[in-house]
Amino acid sequence: MKKIARSELNALFAAIAEQKQLFIPADNTAGQAEFILWKDGVALTEKLNTTRSAKDLFFPQVENLVNFKVSDKKMEIIENRDPAAPFVVFGVRACDCRSFDILDSVFLSEPVDTFYKARRENGIIVTLGCTKPAETCFCGAFGIDAANPAGDVTCWLDGETLYWKSNTDKGKALTAALSVLTDCDENAVVAIQENTRKILEKLPLNNLDLSGFESDKLMELFNNPAWTELSESCLGCGTCTFVCPTCQCYDVQDFDNGREVRRFRCWDSCMYSDFTMMAHGTNRPTQKERFRQRFMHKLVYYPSNNNGVFGCVGCGRCLQKCPIHMNIVKVAKKLKEVAK
Amino acid sequence: MRQDPLIPMLGEVTMIRTDTPDVKTFRVVGIDGKKPFEHIPGQCAMLSIPGVGEALFSITSSPTEPDYVDFSIKKCGCVTTWLHSMDVGQQVTIRGPYGNGFPVDTELAGKDLLFIAGGIGLAPLHSVINYCRHYRDRYGKIDIVYGSRSKDDLVDYPEIIDEWCKEDGINVHLTIDNPQEGWDGHVGFVPNFVKELAFDTSKTVLMCGPPIMIKFTLAGLQELGFDKSQVYTTFELKMKCALGKCGRCNIGDKYVCKDGPVFRLDEMDELPDEY
Ligand SMILES: Cc1cc2nc3c(=O)[nH]c(=O)nc-3n(C[C@H](O)[C@H](O)[C@H](O)COP(=O)(O)OP(=O)(O)OC[C@H]3O[C@@H](n4cnc5c(N)ncnc54)[C@H](O)[C@@H]3O)c2cc1C
Ligand code: SF4
Ligand code: SF4
Ligand code: FES
Repeated sequence: MKKIARSELNALFAAIAEQKQLFIPADNTAGQAEFILWKDGVALTEKLNTTRSAKDLFFPQVENLVNFKVSDKKMEIIENRDPAAPFVVFGVRACDCRSFDILDSVFLSEPVDTFYKARRENGIIVTLGCTKPAETCFCGAFGIDAANPAGDVTCWLDGETLYWKSNTDKGKALTAALSVLTDCDENAVVAIQENTRKILEKLPLNNLDLSGFESDKLMELFNNPAWTELSESCLGCGTCTFVCPTCQCYDVQDFDNGREVRRFRCWDSCMYSDFTMMAHGTNRPTQKERFRQRFMHKLVYYPSNNNGVFGCVGCGRCLQKCPIHMNIVKVAKKLKEVAK
Repeated sequence: MRQDPLIPMLGEVTMIRTDTPDVKTFRVVGIDGKKPFEHIPGQCAMLSIPGVGEALFSITSSPTEPDYVDFSIKKCGCVTTWLHSMDVGQQVTIRGPYGNGFPVDTELAGKDLLFIAGGIGLAPLHSVINYCRHYRDRYGKIDIVYGSRSKDDLVDYPEIIDEWCKEDGINVHLTIDNPQEGWDGHVGFVPNFVKELAFDTSKTVLMCGPPIMIKFTLAGLQELGFDKSQVYTTFELKMKCALGKCGRCNIGDKYVCKDGPVFRLDEMDELPDEY
């Protein structure tokens, strides 16, 4: 384990940024925390987590796939990948770090998505243990330990010191190049961890019971009468999917600038009415079916294909951001209540 | 330069045939003049015109055709209208093949086969039918029931009459929705026609067509004594990536683009009714 004085954080960030692009959670001009490219003067946010997740850096909201030049009957395919530069993302929370296991299972399974893969290979994830988990957090329900996050490097921060522990080869290589860090004892973070776990125990959603969503109950859950009431006020705004670190649905579109056609991909949402629209109509005609799709996917369909691992990491973003205060916790609780 | 499954290759359209007022068949080869890829009957591919869009189509030619792939495409939106307006020699982009295809070499081998198609639904079955004709001794008797709105809407009519109808061991049963001058064949909807023909229940059924046809024909087949496990069909859902990643074609724990589009009807009972 290594450490550096909290007052020296700027020197640590400068040392990392000398080698690779560095993103840290910082407040933007609107006062929201987001992962911002570090340069001198950018300071770590006081907020628990970023409004949008670390997913953005690996699966950006919009990215170029390829360009085409079309002339008369002929066409040409022109490489147009966004350049992939090595980068470090500092301050990723335990929940967001776990979301990469879920995104990996989608994008790195055959046929591999090479755009995502390039970013995963180029990116080093430095996590930060939580010291003030919030009431909306329920990472514990998924077996995620906010006091001991995974990642290439794990950090802990208290009033005086940042502790730094590398976990992977990538993390070790980064650490080796950072002479500003000094050695310290592993036990240095025990007190921080204990303190976090004490808070976690008392959080209202930490022990959310997620039994009853096994794949043999798929049809029963799908037909649960509670979906009507749950989805009634959903606006179909898609906020929950855009802030979610595990949502990965996308669209592919072309933009013709008159000289070349740029094919890009962008996030999409199963909450939108045209997501499955076809010539003969849509198979999810009302918001009820779309709403059900989002939550069934996270709670039942994804686990059914992934050894029971849920497609949610309990980050709480959808609890905070939904304009009608609907969220996955309410859905899970209500479904269980009605199923009884 | 195919460094990602989402990046297509270039192809060239070498033949365009007008089948019906709204269906044309397009022959596509790679720009090297060769067949773009090998496929299994029932699989699909993405065709695109950059700037217009990309759309998924069944490959209608049999894998036994050594030089090209064919697509029978119904005009219904941006991409399909554009395709219908182009001429031979046009380049397009193509990527694929996608999906599971029909189990032609396993579950279907040695069986008496009953093909039931409505309208453009013949497209995915066309590939299987010609595959079975090529390897004729691997399959038992073949019956084909094919129906359309009118005689003019029957896709591949010349091939059906001049080739399929003339082959031993293949029985073709055509029907159109309403009487028409110059038509002395059967008139009526596919589901009723299938019931009237009272097929032997030992057959394995491959069925494609509009959802309403599938629904009523299945009921008719069940009345005749067929079990759902004897019936295969294909699903048509909105698709974008065809790689099992964009999330669009997800039904229950299946991705229709990857786990389908061919499903056995008894497997579908385990899926939410969202198709
Ligand atoms: C597995 C599979 C196999 C198919 N095989 C064939 C085939 O062999 N021949 C054929 O003619 N068509 C086939 N289709 C349908 C074909 O993909 C659509 O007709 C095509 O995408 C419409 O594209 P467009 O740009 O012309 O329409 P758009 O301009 O995009 O849309 C026109 C209308 O069609 C809708 N649409 C978009 N995608 C689809 C879709 N996948 N299915 C139905 N409507 C859609 C739009 O929402 C809109 O309402 C198949 C579809 C699937 C999923
Ligand atoms: S569903 Fe909600 S709580 Fe779960 S990971 Fe997504 S945004 Fe976070
Ligand atoms: S659940 Fe809430 S955030 Fe999600 S689409 Fe509906 S209204 Fe928007
Ligand atoms: S079309 Fe994208 S997941 Fe099936």
